[in-house]
Amino acid sequence: MELCDLTAAEIAAQVRVGKVSAVEVLASTQSRIEAVDGRSGALDAEASVADDRHVHAFITRTPERARAQAEAVDRKLAAGEDPGPLAGVPFTVKDIFCVQDTPSTAASRILANFVSPYTATPVSRLEASGAVMVGKVNLDEFAYGSSTESSAFQPSTRNPWKLDRVPGGSSGGSVASVAVGEAALSIGTDTAGSIRQPAAFCGVVGVKPTYGRVSRYGLIAFGSSLDCPGPMARNVTDAAMALQAMAGADPHDSTAAGLPVPDYAASLEGGVRGLRIGLSPDYFRISIPDPQSSDGQYLRQPIPAEIDRLTRQAAEKLAAMGAEIIEDVPMPHTHLGIPVYFVISRVEAASNLHRFDGVKYGHRTEASAGDLHEMYRQTRSEAFGLQPKLRILMGMYVSAAQYSEQYYRRALGVRTLIRRDFDEAFDPDGPYRLDAMLTPTTPTTAFKIGDVYGDSVLMQYADQLTVPANHAGVPGISIPAGLDGEGLPVGFQLLGPDFSEATLFQIGRAYETATADAAWRSAVPEALQNIL
Amino acid sequence: MTQELITPELFTHLVRLAALALDGEEAQYLRRELNNQLGAIRELEAVSLDKNLPVTSYGVPYTEESTPALREDRWQPYENVAGIMRQAPQLEDGCIVVPDIPHESLE
Repeated sequence: MELCDLTAAEIAAQVRVGKVSAVEVLASTQSRIEAVDGRSGALDAEASVADDRHVHAFITRTPERARAQAEAVDRKLAAGEDPGPLAGVPFTVKDIFCVQDTPSTAASRILANFVSPYTATPVSRLEASGAVMVGKVNLDEFAYGSSTESSAFQPSTRNPWKLDRVPGGSSGGSVASVAVGEAALSIGTDTAGSIRQPAAFCGVVGVKPTYGRVSRYGLIAFGSSLDCPGPMARNVTDAAMALQAMAGADPHDSTAAGLPVPDYAASLEGGVRGLRIGLSPDYFRISIPDPQSSDGQYLRQPIPAEIDRLTRQAAEKLAAMGAEIIEDVPMPHTHLGIPVYFVISRVEAASNLHRFDGVKYGHRTEASAGDLHEMYRQTRSEAFGLQPKLRILMGMYVSAAQYSEQYYRRALGVRTLIRRDFDEAFDPDGPYRLDAMLTPTTPTTAFKIGDVYGDSVLMQYADQLTVPANHAGVPGISIPAGLDGEGLPVGFQLLGPDFSEATLFQIGRAYETATADAAWRSAVPEALQNIL
Repeated sequence: MTQELITPELFTHLVRLAALALDGEEAQYLRRELNNQLGAIRELEAVSLDKNLPVTSYGVPYTEESTPALREDRWQPYENVAGIMRQAPQLEDGCIVVPDIPHESLE
């Protein structure tokens, strides 16, 4: 095993006692990146068959910054100072976070030349904990997608388990980089499932914290009432360590909650005895747009059998460890999560995208523009991809004065009903009194590149089991549950009451312990098969 | 796939409001997807909503305990003004340059 394959906890422990240096860990990580990543995403890149043999997680690698940070960790140790709980741990950053003096592109042409003058709070907190940033990784343009294919920086990221599959999205570069040892940790954002869905597709742990648990300062906004920065890691312990470093109040973000951050490590090994974990039939049925329908009808069908089986198996493992499984918990508004999201996220996205106008930063058209309005039009038309344009148009339509009662206000009302589903399930005085809900994370495993891209409705339904938590604001975590018959990862999801991340980590850790010897845990992703 | 709520005329109006200019292929794709998405949200129309139902603008309620204290309203110099200004596409004498701003009469 190479140093880059160690967990974050193992790396930090070894660096902190001087068993290895942060510079050695970085060298191992950079060798892995060289071996598996191939060329980084770039504008106007011609497709090449060689691209199909690599992962392509990165947009920007930051070797000098990483080297300086690793050397700083080693210097602190040599001076007898505390280098931080994540000393020497390599991490990647979804390129939707601003990092000072680093291109911060949102995977869009309109920000391709933008170099941020400041650093996002979650990134600066990881760095302050001793973690070493190795680069910025690919995503769907402005995080608008579930496959990473819509990035303006091509080639888009491949799924390390099967290189002809998508990694999921929008945090596709993040999960892929973690899955193949290009980083022990990554940070991404989850607006409808953009951490949990790709985590499930790539066999890693992905955490969407409670809304407000992690500051959004320095995050290039998508849906401001939905966006949650969170970590991805190869196991629950590492994810907990990363969230510990990132979470907490921030004077730069008034939506960051002022509640103290619990010591996640303290309860991690607490087991599940006595915890009440719910299963809802509403999370084992999925909606698929009916291709035969002429008026937008949906087919409701059971979740694929292998995903069903592995999710229920996870519940059985937890039951065997002493958890109480509560079946048939009603979550009747789950299937409305995507329709509500189509309205709310588009309105918020359109609002957030109005700032990109070619005046203060980012791309400005080189065509001679007659006046300011013409410059706006040319700049935005040249530099936004199809997905941002689609969100602007949809957001403007459903929030227009004559339609907003019909669409926007109605969607906010249904959002209340979705929140109430969770409130009732988690009510300590209610009939279910759940500590957590256990569900499948995704309605499918990773699909082939090109199979869904372009169909914006079908693509959105990839998030149908994750988006309710974004509407409700509650925390969620996706945990690897095994592999399907094609060797593709399957994830299950734990959802909990507001600010219950410690409990979700505890349950996830118990599941990992119970399945530590499972054969699927020693499977090797396709991207690593020739180098391990 | 669905009934066309976004007609070509309405689409052209939206594109203008959005400060976009689309080529034919883009326009065709985007109008089709807009109509498909509006088809997808038709399910919401069938939901019975009490007229007194409060709306939810964000999921997690902010309590007295979780709401951060407001910052003091105090001017603070920013340490990296040059870093901000360097990002402007066109600068002249410390000012951001833009094309002519068309005169509009206020009615």
